[in-house]
Amino acid sequence: MVQEVVVVSGGLSHEREISLESGLRVAKELTHAGFEVTRSDIQPSLIELLTTMDSPVVFPMLHGGAGEDGAVREVLELIGVPYVGATADACRASFDKALAIPTVAQAGLVVPDCVILPHDMFRDLGASTLLGLIEDRLGLPLFVKPSTSGSSLGVSRVDRIEDLPAAMVNAYSYGPVAIVEEYISGLEVAVPVFDIGEGPVAFPPVEIRPVSGLYDFEARYTAGKTKYICPATLDQSTTDACMAAALVAHTSLGLRDFSRADIIVRDGVPVFIESSVAPGMTDTSVVPLSLATTGENLSHVLASLVTLAAKRG
Amino acid sequence: MTVPEKRVETRLDPYVDVYAQRTQGLRVSAVRALFAVANRPEVVSLAGGMPNITDLPLDVLGSVIGDLIKSRGPQIMNYGSGQGEERIREQICEVMALEKVEASPDDLMISCGSQQGLDLVTRTFIDPGDVILVESPTYVGALGTFSSYQAQVVHVDTDEDGLIPSAFRAATIAARAAGRKVKFLYTIPNFNNPSGVMMSIVRRRELLEAAKELDVVIVEDNPYGLLAIDVPPQPALRSMDGGQVIYLGSFSKTFAPGFRVGWVLAPPAVLKKLVLAQESATLCPPVFSQFAISEYLANWDWQGQVEAFRSMYRERRDAMLRGLDDHMPAGATWTRPKGGFFVWLTLPEGFDSDQLSARATSHRVAYVPGTAFYADGLGSRNMRLSYCFPTPERIYEGTRRLGEAIAEEIELRTTFGLVNPKSALSVGHGRESSS
Repeated sequence: MVQEVVVVSGGLSHEREISLESGLRVAKELTHAGFEVTRSDIQPSLIELLTTMDSPVVFPMLHGGAGEDGAVREVLELIGVPYVGATADACRASFDKALAIPTVAQAGLVVPDCVILPHDMFRDLGASTLLGLIEDRLGLPLFVKPSTSGSSLGVSRVDRIEDLPAAMVNAYSYGPVAIVEEYISGLEVAVPVFDIGEGPVAFPPVEIRPVSGLYDFEARYTAGKTKYICPATLDQSTTDACMAAALVAHTSLGLRDFSRADIIVRDGVPVFIESSVAPGMTDTSVVPLSLATTGENLSHVLASLVTLAAKRG
Repeated sequence: MTVPEKRVETRLDPYVDVYAQRTQGLRVSAVRALFAVANRPEVVSLAGGMPNITDLPLDVLGSVIGDLIKSRGPQIMNYGSGQGEERIREQICEVMALEKVEASPDDLMISCGSQQGLDLVTRTFIDPGDVILVESPTYVGALGTFSSYQAQVVHVDTDEDGLIPSAFRAATIAARAAGRKVKFLYTIPNFNNPSGVMMSIVRRRELLEAAKELDVVIVEDNPYGLLAIDVPPQPALRSMDGGQVIYLGSFSKTFAPGFRVGWVLAPPAVLKKLVLAQESATLCPPVFSQFAISEYLANWDWQGQVEAFRSMYRERRDAMLRGLDDHMPAGATWTRPKGGFFVWLTLPEGFDSDQLSARATSHRVAYVPGTAFYADGLGSRNMRLSYCFPTPERIYEGTRRLGEAIAEEIELRTTFGLVNPKSALSVGHGRESSS
């Protein structure tokens, strides 16, 4: 009997469009691998669809919001449908950078010095005082980002202190908690991790060189706006260190099946920025590129993840 | 994992170095990505400009189209004239007469929606760097077309009576003084997209006079003219001075956009070039659609249908204005359109509608940020709100959600000293608006 797979993408998230693109790509690859694939949005008919299928597996390709924060996976656990990827608990711990950063730091990774604050703290204690303290602690330039969002949405680089309030407002547009990070100067890489049944394996780092210098939303999702180099132009020991860091992030955050660690290499040392539990699979995403350079077939790898999930039951 | 020795360098698009320069403006944006959320059923979309055609007589249309295929299938499914079928051109002259335009079927050409008409006009007139004058703000689809022909777009100030003729004069003179060729003025005089503003009759006369004096062609885009709500249809610019105006018309709002039938009424010399351009682009406009619309116009009370559309849009417009009156903060202003589909809202000082759009989608309401309607980065305090598609109840609810999002934004921006704190004290109360 052909395994049925439901690729869930879209949802009511700011990253809906990217999620739909990723879902389409995954669905094509799994169809190519021989599965019977259905694509679904987050909608009332989804549960009915799953309960009427014969032993389906869900492949969540939701980005942001209820996709990566574990909520949908919690529902899948509730109705007993196996799925690809990290558990709901692990998603919660990983998606919120405010929780993930201390966890991976405790596991030994270098993380940026940062301040994590909800917006009401600024209201209650006075923004100018707090912003001044942040500048004293972290200096300039800074990066400001929402605690729970991806795809560079709500992210600003701040070079002048007078631009910090607007950057804070931009980040809080995407969620109630913002992270202000020290600026890490270095080479930006992404490292995929896959576990197809023999333990997690880090794949070669992909170096990211945005033409404009800033890897923002446009640079991420407009083909041609960013140059990708794989393996990254790092020496062997630094390459190994990046791959090891991605594995530490994957395991310390309790992730499963696959993830992508975003890292900046500063003076030869990998600095962990964040991990994604549902890394993008669009035509401009780095994970498929890294797999391809090692000769791995994306279709085959994704199929292995589905088979593993089905076995987990 | 063994790391391969051979490096791959890619920009993920093998054609990136061979694309034409004019494609440089075609790129994704975070704000555009947020629109994907607008399609979700739980989101009230005040973003799209899709006509509400649910009340069209679908059974009549089905029967008309079925009969057409049976009786004239081989003809209507074949190639046709590059200028368009004669019968529909005659009927269009009757449609335009409602806005006082006198024209001969020989003077007009059918296009694939008025959007293609605009594309062909631009292709015919514009060399890279030529100036096109437009209203401030103007239709986003026109900006896309102008950008693809590498025109330099110059915005001309408008107010509640539409485009300001003295500003048009000043912009034309300034562009020429800078050594630029001003090729035409693009205007939507009736219920402008996005502002909803109608150009006054006095302004129309002044504008035509100025255009004649300065020898500038006017491209009049008039998709909404017959959808006047509070006033009778206004005389088109083309009806007031035929020599200076190229007129673009469309069935997309008065009938249905899926047929993709619009038209261009132009002086004979221009029309000849446009027909050649049309033949080069498509060979001929869609024949099947032209015949279908012809039959509809001939056999159905289409003017009664347009009257029904007016009534439906009036109800929706009223719901939006009521909602804005109830939910917008002091310091916000908005237009009060007398027809068409759109309200143009200006947020209080210190707001940014691009940034607000993420918060708005979290509140399950969507709009189009004002920057989309400018070629020069202006419009950050503006947004276009469409009332054409959702039900009146949903429109009112959408304004309530928008009010909530703005209230949160006011609190946040006040916290960070980015808005006047007085605004924060008056959410949901006073208002200022322009008509």
